[in-house]
Amino acid sequence: MNPSAAGTWDEFMEGVWRQNPVFVMVLGMCPTLAVTVSVVNALSMGVSTMLVLIASCGLVSMMRNITPKEVRIAVYIVIIATFVTVVDYAIQAISLKLYDALGAFIQLIVVNCIILGRAEAHAAKNPPLPAMINAAGMGIGFTIGLLALGTVREVLGAGTLFGVTLFGAGFQPWVIMVLPPGGFFVLGAWLLFFSWLERRKLRRRQAKLVEATQNA
Amino acid sequence: MHESAFQIFINALLANNFVLAMFLGLCPFLGVSGRLDTAFPMGVATTFVMLVASLCAYGLNLLLGYFHLEFLRLISYIVIIASAVQLVEMVLKKYSPKLFRALGIYLPLITTNCAVLGVALFQTAREYDFVQSVTFSVGGGAGFTLALVLMASVRERLTLSNVPDLAQGTALSLMLAGILSLSFMGFAGLGG
Amino acid sequence: MTEPSEPSVSAAKVIPIAVAGATPPVPPASPTAPMIRTLGLVSAICGLIIVGAYQGTYDAVAANKRIATERAVFKVIPAAQSIAEYVALPGGGIEPRVGAGDTAPGGVKFFAAYDAGGKLAGIAAEGGAKGYADTVRIMFGYAPDCQCVVGIGVVAMRETPGIGDKIITDKNFLANFNALDVKLKGDLSALANEVRAVKHGAKTSPWQIDAIAGATITSRAVGRAINDSAQVLLPRLVPNLDKLRSKS
Repeated sequence: MNPSAAGTWDEFMEGVWRQNPVFVMVLGMCPTLAVTVSVVNALSMGVSTMLVLIASCGLVSMMRNITPKEVRIAVYIVIIATFVTVVDYAIQAISLKLYDALGAFIQLIVVNCIILGRAEAHAAKNPPLPAMINAAGMGIGFTIGLLALGTVREVLGAGTLFGVTLFGAGFQPWVIMVLPPGGFFVLGAWLLFFSWLERRKLRRRQAKLVEATQNA
Repeated sequence: MHESAFQIFINALLANNFVLAMFLGLCPFLGVSGRLDTAFPMGVATTFVMLVASLCAYGLNLLLGYFHLEFLRLISYIVIIASAVQLVEMVLKKYSPKLFRALGIYLPLITTNCAVLGVALFQTAREYDFVQSVTFSVGGGAGFTLALVLMASVRERLTLSNVPDLAQGTALSLMLAGILSLSFMGFAGLGG
Repeated sequence: MTEPSEPSVSAAKVIPIAVAGATPPVPPASPTAPMIRTLGLVSAICGLIIVGAYQGTYDAVAANKRIATERAVFKVIPAAQSIAEYVALPGGGIEPRVGAGDTAPGGVKFFAAYDAGGKLAGIAAEGGAKGYADTVRIMFGYAPDCQCVVGIGVVAMRETPGIGDKIITDKNFLANFNALDVKLKGDLSALANEVRAVKHGAKTSPWQIDAIAGATITSRAVGRAINDSAQVLLPRLVPNLDKLRSKS
């Protein structure tokens, strides 16, 4: 591990920030928009997806040397579906209320493109440990994305955070935010914000470059 | 519950549109909606896969219920859907190579379209009978196609207009989807 | 099939694309045996994991479901301390429901709720009808003595927040269910008066529900849910009430 500590950190951060599945790659949109009406839902969805992601990538990676390429997708899907079923039962055992709130989207983790994408692009070519670390990074990145949406939507749409009322009685909730259109708007706004950040960074770098050449 | 087939159809098509109200199948919705002439075939192909998947899921559910193997439901659904997609791919390749080429990589991606698995899961959760399942899947597919076509038409128009380049790409598509979704909310209560 | 060499540790920190290039090229078509072997192995492992998870969580899930049901029933029949599940059969009889299996075709599930002394405190049953956004599923409590609905709770709904979900918060609306009349006809074949939600302020009879202004569709769904369920359940239940009087 030691010689590759920097590499490991890099693997991990790839998903958290540089290749953030929600904001950069825009993958796994369905659960992202559907369950983020509250922070609690967003957090549980993110964690469930992360668990499935880590476990599936680990198993896919362990089996990578004995998986013929013709059947690899079938193998991945079966593995992913297995872990989703496990998480599904685990959530039912933990809290039925949460299970009802997330609805069919727990089972729909199976078709979350992030997981299949990670299995194909990374886990199938790397040993289990790096694969799982990379998966954990992606999972955390996904969770951050969900939380970013969930927080905005819950605060604006219901005036609460983690179910705790934030504003006085005079607050009129902006109901549209917790309805389907709000999901699209908030995600669109976040993407705008990030592309603005990117733009600003680029401009600064250009300015620095110009300065450097002028000094030279 | 005695939902009539017509109610289910209208609900799946408009009031609870798969894409705009239930957030199912967003990846192809954002990915393939750039041009009208690929959006429509994609919608039709997805509808067909949905129908096949719904029929298979209905039969499979009876079988699983008979053997009390409900915990294998998810894994068998996804395998069935993957096979159905493969089937559609082969049929298309044989009878319409042109369309096959046009849809390209999006065809295998139907497997990971949540709308297809969504149809199978929802019809099970709502305990629909055979006719209800079929109408539900066709309505859902038609709704998906409708959303895709609407989106594609709007985006084709937008390529000609002057958009701030900060907002171009996915962010703009999402805002558009939000507005479409807003207008589809007007259909709520229609199927009642 | 030749085993591809294990990628070295140093390869792991290279970006994935470089690793892909480093893996030995896979032969154009693998023989059938390894495919079947791998698929078989994966299915076996996955089968074991799923069955393990199912068995491991079975008790906890069942307990959770029971608690959730009890809570819903206790909410509509406050005096209740324990419940028993029954099924009203299409032929007219009732029988205790055992196990978690599906109810017999045409059977209607209901709960008999008993107070601390083991006496029947009320009956609870579920009903559902199409609301504004999706099906509104409710639980309602039935008091045999007054032959009326004495409380409702929402099991599941997706109605508009702030409008449709007033059905659980609006005090005036909930007052409809202090004693909503669901008496049966003389021959016990159906309700004497159909339960219906009427426009806000237009309620004249005890079997009508005064709808919430601005949420008429959702209110109507509640009315229809109660009516549809009661029309089927009560004619089967009422002749058998004596069997339920005390806890068995």
